[in-house]
Amino acid sequence: MTTDRAQDWARFTPAERLRRYLVMLAATVVVVWALSSIDVIWEWVWDAPIQLADLFARMVPPDPTNLPSILEATWQTINIATIATMLAILLSLPVAYISAQNTTPNRACLWIGRFILVSSRSVNTIIWALLFVAIFGPGIIAGIIAIMFRSIGFLGKLLGEAIEEIDHAPIEALEACGASRFKTVIYGIVPQVMPAFFAVSILRWDINLRESTVLGLVGAGGIGIILQGAIDTFQWQEVSMVLITILALVISGEVISSTLRKKLL
Amino acid sequence: MLEIKNLVKRYGKGAPVLKDLNLLVQGEQLMSIIGSSGAGKSTLLRCVNRLVEPTEGSITLNGTDITKLAAKDLRRARRRIGMVFQGFNLVDRLSVMENVQSGRLGYISTWAAITRRYPAADIERAFELMERVGIAQYADKRADELSGGERQRVGVVRALMQRPEILLADEPTASLDPKTSEQIMTLLRDLARELNLPVIINIHNVTEAKEFSDRIVGMRYGRIIFDDKPAALDAAQMDEIYAGTPSEDRQEIGAVA
Amino acid sequence: MSTPTTWRKPPFIQSPALRWLFILSVAAYVIGTIATLPIDWERTSEGFARAGRIFSGAFPPSFDRSGLMISGFMESLKIAILATTLGMILSVPLAFMAARNVSPKPVYFLGRGIFILARSFHPVIVAIIFVKAVGFGPLAGALTLTIYSIGFVAKLLAERIEEIDFGQVEAIRSAGAPFLSTMVYAILPQIMPRLVGLGIYQLDSNLRASAVVGIVGAGGIGATLANAFGRYDYDFALAITMVIVGAILISEAVSGVIRKRMT
Ligand SMILES: Nc1ncnc2c1ncn2[C@@H]1O[C@H](COP(=O)(O)OP(=O)(O)OP(=O)(O)O)[C@@H](O)[C@H]1O
Ligand SMILES: [Mg+2]
Repeated sequence: MTTDRAQDWARFTPAERLRRYLVMLAATVVVVWALSSIDVIWEWVWDAPIQLADLFARMVPPDPTNLPSILEATWQTINIATIATMLAILLSLPVAYISAQNTTPNRACLWIGRFILVSSRSVNTIIWALLFVAIFGPGIIAGIIAIMFRSIGFLGKLLGEAIEEIDHAPIEALEACGASRFKTVIYGIVPQVMPAFFAVSILRWDINLRESTVLGLVGAGGIGIILQGAIDTFQWQEVSMVLITILALVISGEVISSTLRKKLL
Repeated sequence: MLEIKNLVKRYGKGAPVLKDLNLLVQGEQLMSIIGSSGAGKSTLLRCVNRLVEPTEGSITLNGTDITKLAAKDLRRARRRIGMVFQGFNLVDRLSVMENVQSGRLGYISTWAAITRRYPAADIERAFELMERVGIAQYADKRADELSGGERQRVGVVRALMQRPEILLADEPTASLDPKTSEQIMTLLRDLARELNLPVIINIHNVTEAKEFSDRIVGMRYGRIIFDDKPAALDAAQMDEIYAGTPSEDRQEIGAVA
Repeated sequence: MSTPTTWRKPPFIQSPALRWLFILSVAAYVIGTIATLPIDWERTSEGFARAGRIFSGAFPPSFDRSGLMISGFMESLKIAILATTLGMILSVPLAFMAARNVSPKPVYFLGRGIFILARSFHPVIVAIIFVKAVGFGPLAGALTLTIYSIGFVAKLLAERIEEIDFGQVEAIRSAGAPFLSTMVYAILPQIMPRLVGLGIYQLDSNLRASAVVGIVGAGGIGATLANAFGRYDYDFALAITMVIVGAILISEAVSGVIRKRMT
């Protein structure tokens, strides 16, 4: 690296260089280990491009005969995402309140709040969906609850952080006026976290729209059910129709959420 | 009447910041507290409305001992004490009117507070006061769109909305330019007279303190060492008020520098 | 002039007609959708009894078949490592293609198109397609997560390339270097730290995602979990979930520490 010699010279001492090589060596060893021990049939790997090309060939042209039911399922997907986001927002507010250092009523609440956040966040939507399908049976309700459970952690964590970052001075002024705790919250905290609230809610809605498209694959409603059905019956042209619809849905979701963000913030 | 008796304040386990302090404020006078940084001026003011918990002693406002009050009664007592802050402490994202009305939060119902349906009398008074200090035209503006001087006027109106029995101001002009600072001081003095309101101001600008107040209290490291008419404050006393450092003073308590 | 005694907060939407239209349509949407959700209430009301059964079946979690669990987890790890490596290797050229400042318009749009496509489909959808194309198992998982990695790494890398210091590029170009060596000498060193950071972050995300794509047959611990669930082995499923959560927390913490120390 002739051009960067000055930089290189300044950046890496020999010890650092040695460490970099060691890190690289370790990375290589790990990759080689993964490659050599993974349980795949290598003939299949070399065959994969052909198989994929073959599959895609069978997908064209997309078959729109089932479009009405695809669109209906898309509408259901949107509803799952939207209703679940709304419910999650409502439920995440108290969780955020008790899991923010500066508003939590006491340490017990703080830990309960954090426990809710961590358990909600570290279990993926699909795993939640698996559980709720087992509980409530296949259908939209399992999907809504799964999305909701996952979103509470996300929203609660980010809102809680927003609460922790507020300016304390106005709160103090409200307390000095003799405002009760609740009134301090609605006049002092709510206005300050409003921008974060909108940003986080919109972001989560966008994510939920994507996640709702796959709920059907574990039986939890939405367009995934049609996708699964078409795949199971080898209707590849319908599969591609569904995929195009999902693409359109996800991209519109992104456009809508970025417009909302610009409008509201 | 505000009577402070044997007030002691200690933060944590450290040396006391206020040391057995006594002060009597009677009638509607504008009183300034001066003293170097760390003298305990803010601590003293904040003890009065218990934004800071006093360690020992009593603070009596028109017959109520503030130091003894628990949650609800404390809030009732705080309604009677207005406070103006150096950093204005407005809620930036709320309108000027909402900030002003937040001075009434101790009085109005929670529902009225949420829906912003304030009592007609409060709205009338808000407009009167805003008119008086010259910010009525900003009622619907967001607080963060105003200049510093205008924001402090909002802060003053918010405090006056409480119909306080006493007004505390902690360096209300320290974040303002000299001219605006003068305007705010004039405003505080005139309002004190118009509303028959005792006002206590922490202030670093001694010239302003002398010009606007009826009484000056000089603090040094937790004690009041000067308490008289502005005219009585001479160079020697100024030196004494502003001499020394907190640590020095703590080591040789009572010693004169 | 008398002082006003009324004041209303200026509404968010000025025009009353529009405001009411907005409020009513939101209300209509919420009530309408909730009322018409195709919910089988009978089945749903049985849910609580079922939940009771599931949870009583799940406690205490069973680590009896921990061999199966460990091999599932190791497979997830391998999938994540290989997908991250392959994803990063593919992301570099793709990022150059999709960086406005180094590539010609048509190539730029092609590059963007590829990672918009890669980002738009949830990994589970990609996984199910790959499972059909190349069969059940870790190969489908690794391919899926490669796509998933490209969508994320290439996008952020392209953004990084778009904000690089162009002085060095000009210097090397003016020395008459061909396109490829320009890239290697002038741009790669500048984006390297970002690439490594993204790689560590992506390894963490891939480990999470690999638990999920397994559910539709793409190997790893997700497959083990889906099997346990399918066989009503709720105690084993709970044990697996606990392992997944633990692994995710550890991996999040480790990747956080590494990235913090790098910057
Ligand atoms: N919350 C606190 N915790 C611990 N010590 C504090 C706290 N607030 C103030 N102090 C200490 O108390 C002493 C007095 O502080 P105070 O703010 O009352 O001084 P002041 O006279 O208002 O100074 P200034 O003119 O700079 O505003 C200082 O030594 C300060 O460090
Ligand atoms: Mg102070």
